[in-house]
Amino acid sequence: MTLLALNNVGKRFDNGTEALAGLSFHVSQGEFLSLLGPSGCGKSTALRLIAGLIAPDSGEIAWTGARPEISFVFQEPTLMPWANAQTNVRLPLDLKNVPRTEADTRAMAALTRMGLQDFAGAYPRELSGGMKMRVSIARALAATPGLLLMDEPFAALDEPTREALNDDLKRLAREDHITVIFVTHSVMEASYLSDRVLVMSPRPGRIKSEVALPPGPRDRLSIGFSDGLRRVTGALLETA
Amino acid sequence: MMRLSNILLPLALGVALLGLWEWIVAARHIPPYILPAPSAIARALTDNFSSLMLSLLSTLTVTLEGFAAAWIAGVGLAIAFSRSRTVERALYPYAVLLQVTPVVAIAPLILIWVGFDHINAALTLIAALVAFFPILSNTTQGLKSADFNLVDLMRLYGASRWQILWRLRLPTALPHLLGAMKIAGGLSLIGAVVAEFVAGSGTATGLAWRIVEAGNRLEIATMFAALLLLGLLGIGVFAAFSLLEWALLRHWHESALQQQR
Repeated sequence: MTLLALNNVGKRFDNGTEALAGLSFHVSQGEFLSLLGPSGCGKSTALRLIAGLIAPDSGEIAWTGARPEISFVFQEPTLMPWANAQTNVRLPLDLKNVPRTEADTRAMAALTRMGLQDFAGAYPRELSGGMKMRVSIARALAATPGLLLMDEPFAALDEPTREALNDDLKRLAREDHITVIFVTHSVMEASYLSDRVLVMSPRPGRIKSEVALPPGPRDRLSIGFSDGLRRVTGALLETA
Repeated sequence: MMRLSNILLPLALGVALLGLWEWIVAARHIPPYILPAPSAIARALTDNFSSLMLSLLSTLTVTLEGFAAAWIAGVGLAIAFSRSRTVERALYPYAVLLQVTPVVAIAPLILIWVGFDHINAALTLIAALVAFFPILSNTTQGLKSADFNLVDLMRLYGASRWQILWRLRLPTALPHLLGAMKIAGGLSLIGAVVAEFVAGSGTATGLAWRIVEAGNRLEIATMFAALLLLGLLGIGVFAAFSLLEWALLRHWHESALQQQR
């Protein structure tokens, strides 16, 4: 079932930059969709439009039914440095005035799922880059979102940390039946995580091609994964 | 070891300078109405201890009241600025005008307008005017420094403007505000002293007035004793705000963390 559809969406910023022109795609319920494309092609702008943080100049974003709870994970962990990990994770719940005991329990559960149960009292400065990103994802999960928007969340991490977080994200999205829209520069990451990859054109961004990947678990060393990787790479090179 | 030397080194230098001062005054037979010896200043301090302490209390009260008024006005206006660009555009030039106008020039006017029968209110107002701008300026800057992505995230989670202010903008502004408070505390003391000087004898009862009075009577040792207390008061105010800064930032802010390394 379609969760949302972008129909001919356009966006031009105040400085005259046309970020998006005629952007159209749909996202299915429970799907893991990646947006892939060159820098400045409007991938992040598309996420912000979907989140409702900015409004389109033209076109529409149509939801099937009510808009679900949305969580956002940025490229930087975007944590509050004055608050410990648990308080950071509790933020969306505190903003919705969830009772403190329940909010603490849910925040701890989210931290535990990210393997950070022993770091609930740690401040962001005491955590590594990968751990900060795990806190950021835990915060997103604590809000029990129906749609998770991720804007190059692992771009600044080293390769082993990135792969570990990819595995965790894939598992958590499947367990919670969350729809994920994932912006990335990495062909490998998009091919590993996604059910479908949309390749965008250079600015002003629009969808140039689409690659559907076979469902089910993926092994980075398998022939099936290599095939998907080759198709996504080919689609990206065609738009270059 | 490091901390002990931090205390001992300036202490030893101070003792040596006092000794030198005492020796020069005695050796050169410098009259006490020109430069009293440190021992004479100490005597003046003990002889006038209770009256000097009352003066100290008076100056401290004006300083703290002026600081509190400046804090409330500065933080309040900074919050208004952060919520409305129109308010900021309309009022900020006047705040700057207030800052660049020498307080000595407007102190007599304030004393006349508020009235000598409300002398403490006038002194407090002058101290507040001097301390006001750093708090306004730094807090405004701090409130604007909030991480845009965190603001977006809070909006996405349905935060009200009040929640964004309370949970994000004010904590972000805290290091800026605490830095300003250290500056404003000293400025408030300077404002109180200037106001007492302008008010003159017979009205104010603080340390600045004691300096003027002792000068008129050529009691230079008492003058120095009052000056010493003013200096100690300034150090005390600065130390108190530094302690507050450390207590509030020590867990997370780089400025406090640097000191721990």
